[in-house]
Amino acid sequence: MSGYCPHTPADVAAMLAAVGARSIDDLFAPIPAPLRARATIDLPSGTTEPELRARLEALAARNTATDAAVFLGAGAYPHQIPAVVDHVLRRSEFATAYTPYQPEVSQGTLQTIFEFQTFTAILLGLEVANASMYDGASAAAEAVLMARRVLPGRRTVWLSRALHPQYRATIATYLQGLPDALVREIPFGPDGRTDVAALRGGAGDDALCVVVGYPNVFGVVDALADAAAAAHDVGALAISVTTEPLALALVRSPGAAGADIAVAEGQSFGLPPSYGGPGVGLFATHERYVRAMPGRVVGETVDARGRRGFVLTLATREQHIRRERATSNICTNQGLCTLGVAAYLSLLGRRGLARLADTNYRAAHAVAQRLAAVGAPPVFDAPFFNEFVVQAPAAAAQWAALAGEGLVPGYPLGRWYRELDGALLVCVTESHTPAQVERLVTTLANLARPVRAARA
Amino acid sequence: MALDEPLVFERGSAGRVGWDVPAAPPDPVPPLPVELRREDDLAGLPEVGELEVLRHFLRLSQWNYSAATTFYPLGSCTMKYNPIVNEEAARLPGFAALHPLVPDAMAQGALELLAALEAALAAVSGLDAVSLQPAAGAHGELLGLLLVRAYHVDRGNARRRVLIPASAHGTNPASAALCGYSVTEVPIDGRGLISARAVEAAMDDSVAALMVTNPNTLGLFEEEIVAIADVVHARGGLVYMDGANMNALMGVAKPGDMGVDVMHFNLHKTFSTPHGGGGPGAGPVAVRRTLAEYLPVPRLVRHGEAWAWSEDAPKAVGRLRSFYGNFGILVRAYAYIARLGGDGLAEATRLAVLNANYLRARLRDTYHLPYDTPSLHECVFTDRNLQDCDVHTLDIAKRLLDYGFYAPTIYFPLVVKGALMIEPTETESKETLDEFAAAMLRIAEEARTDPAHVRGAPHDTRIARLDETRAARRPILRWRPV
Amino acid sequence: MEFPEDLRYTKDHEWLRLEGNDGIIGITDFAQDALGDVVFVELPAVGAVLTRGQAFGVVESNKTVSDLFAPVSGRVTAVNQALRDEPEQVNRDPYGAGWMIRISIASREEVDGLLDAAAYEASVASEQAK
Repeated sequence: MSGYCPHTPADVAAMLAAVGARSIDDLFAPIPAPLRARATIDLPSGTTEPELRARLEALAARNTATDAAVFLGAGAYPHQIPAVVDHVLRRSEFATAYTPYQPEVSQGTLQTIFEFQTFTAILLGLEVANASMYDGASAAAEAVLMARRVLPGRRTVWLSRALHPQYRATIATYLQGLPDALVREIPFGPDGRTDVAALRGGAGDDALCVVVGYPNVFGVVDALADAAAAAHDVGALAISVTTEPLALALVRSPGAAGADIAVAEGQSFGLPPSYGGPGVGLFATHERYVRAMPGRVVGETVDARGRRGFVLTLATREQHIRRERATSNICTNQGLCTLGVAAYLSLLGRRGLARLADTNYRAAHAVAQRLAAVGAPPVFDAPFFNEFVVQAPAAAAQWAALAGEGLVPGYPLGRWYRELDGALLVCVTESHTPAQVERLVTTLANLARPVRAARA
Repeated sequence: MALDEPLVFERGSAGRVGWDVPAAPPDPVPPLPVELRREDDLAGLPEVGELEVLRHFLRLSQWNYSAATTFYPLGSCTMKYNPIVNEEAARLPGFAALHPLVPDAMAQGALELLAALEAALAAVSGLDAVSLQPAAGAHGELLGLLLVRAYHVDRGNARRRVLIPASAHGTNPASAALCGYSVTEVPIDGRGLISARAVEAAMDDSVAALMVTNPNTLGLFEEEIVAIADVVHARGGLVYMDGANMNALMGVAKPGDMGVDVMHFNLHKTFSTPHGGGGPGAGPVAVRRTLAEYLPVPRLVRHGEAWAWSEDAPKAVGRLRSFYGNFGILVRAYAYIARLGGDGLAEATRLAVLNANYLRARLRDTYHLPYDTPSLHECVFTDRNLQDCDVHTLDIAKRLLDYGFYAPTIYFPLVVKGALMIEPTETESKETLDEFAAAMLRIAEEARTDPAHVRGAPHDTRIARLDETRAARRPILRWRPV
Repeated sequence: MEFPEDLRYTKDHEWLRLEGNDGIIGITDFAQDALGDVVFVELPAVGAVLTRGQAFGVVESNKTVSDLFAPVSGRVTAVNQALRDEPEQVNRDPYGAGWMIRISIASREEVDGLLDAAAYEASVASEQAK
């Protein structure tokens, strides 16, 4: 097996001669013999490319969701992806480049990141954005860490319970090593929105930040403006978190609604769900906070001949220079994923994105109305985007069995919120066909019929 | 082709769209309340057509040097060949279109792949349990230190400090600080190594862990690692290994045998996943049995014949991100490991070390080697021999771009003044190495005969040296409409 | 390389100019040269109380960042706001327009503990020899 190494025996001999070693083994002389003796890797032998492809195709084929009707959102969203996006991502010049530390030969990467930063800033409605974070959840955690730098001395983090539970868990994990951090939960009300009155009742002058999903995990367009006002009234920062950023083409931008830091998961913009990763974290904030902002950032400048060019900048915030006083330990951005987002948003653009958001909104609302009419009524009455919660206890109870029949009617929320046992979180996008929608409505209608009628 | 290409925002025409959006269903639905609606009609977003977009990005792509087009000897980055077949693998619809929250029964292919990858990384590391969750090396480091902290807290004392060698990568102390630890530096000796004696001097019951990179950032194997680990363990501490340099160790030495308790891998280095211009990567963590209970949730568990996700882990440190990890990257790494097999991975290490030593031999008579100690998969030079020409490491790096090579890593590690770190990897041919060596020797010549020309490099790239000071003093971080 | 005679210095390359009971503080010509192009200076707020030897701010260049250490103890009475928009003044005129903070000095004895120009120049020379 070549293992992609081009060496011939003649090559190896010539190189050993130049090095002055008799064998490659000699080059490992510094390594203690007892370690070398036990080092054999216990894995099967390698294989050929065709055999590898066959093996991978067999594995992929065992993921039976491909043929099913799947109405899942909850942090990852199925959208149509233009062919041009993947074509751009396949360009080796983009895919196999490194972090653009030598800017003169990395202008492709640097300019696309600059464009990505611009898209992020516009969509989130704030002045500056970074070159991305790993995903929406870690971006939310980094936003909280940033708030600690902006307002040192304040300690309480107020998290809406309607914020995606994986995001809340990630924030808690990031804070566990910091002894003074305190996390408090804001309940949600019967309409599915954060209970801002409860927040006002509890938050005092040690409040660091208020974190709200926008839309929240229920798909509801949460009360961000109210929550931001409540945060500002106690001198805290408002952080908005968006898992489905397509919503931002339709709803008021987080910045306009009062967010001081806005983060989002960018997967909806041109990246396939890919079993949950890689995603890309969008991160934006006010210009006055830029030096507290984590992550890479690309800036515009000129070269020695006066031509416009782009470089990594404000690097002195980062780990390789500040080391233990860095704004974060992050050493990368999501690179190619930011390129995918930039390509997708370029294709859709101002008109296309607005239309797509409208289509999603309408499609989801149409399905919600039909489900309500067949006995799966909405649980919350606040406005929503392309996800909503219905009461469907039979479907939720038979969730695994339905999957076996090729239908995933949403996510059983009882897994995340005990009081919502029997509820399903249903996502409808432009990717769902009329046939799939019929399947969903018919199945839920059948399951919703009273048991007596079914037996009769 | 190096045609000028504006920002996408500077292209297009009002009303133009590059994608036909499907029509909405005709059912009447309640409109979004006015106070919740977008305020700016998305002003500023571009309006360009499909061909314009394709042309835009294709032109930009041609301005990049990349590992696929150019020798990329970046020390510590392991820019090996990124196999094209792995790109096919990640794009199989059964993987790419799979939603992370489908019932486990619908994702058995994905779960089996992840289980196999966990097992492979355990085999390579000689450790017992693996988490594939971290999205990057630094993310893996953060997890590693959270595991260290959880271990100590569970035993009644979180401890306060972490020991880090002076030669370490900046993410090491940054990650330690994120976990609430203060950092104590361990000095390196005249050979570039840390000693058991130096670690013993710094080690006490307040130290939670030693973070070590092996081979270290100078490409040198920490010969005393076993003794060092003993010193740390004797006082109840743990040993964390930064696995960035694993390309030097596969089939040669296992971190588990060295006394390492927890380590992270960089799949985008050792295991061939593409660097993507800065990401996405993946930084899985492997641990000794004693730390397994603290690994994040969810965990991959076996129920009879099937795999499933389990949240049942009361001592888990929590989770670091949404869902399970950078699955698309994990598929590529799995494909690479399956293709090479255990033998192939060992051979990759052997040839990586041969290639690096070959370049070291070719260059050592011209460029200054700060440490005589034998190096493994990378070697570090300095600009000291050219200093009387007033030509510095930065100039050498920029001049290499004119020769069609990407520059080595420069000014890292910080312990070496003017460092030039070269890591060729095993996928480069002898001819490429010879061409690179010839360019380096020619630049040393030029430094004597025409130093101003070297200092003014690059000359032949599309963009000349950029004013980084201006970018930092007057930051322009986005396009704005005029 | 300039070492003005009328100033006092620290080993960490800060200078102090006495004006009555106040001290004007900045970094030396040697420091700005070693740092390279200064891109940002982080300074304390007016009213901040400093202790000798304590870090009171940060100076950033493109490739590195350095703490600023208080030569003497005192309270900050003025901060050079011009450095926010023109950090390059630190490079161009480190002893003049590149001044950083003014403090009201707590203890005159600490001033006596500072180096004079000759001693500072000698300390720089021996550091460079290493």
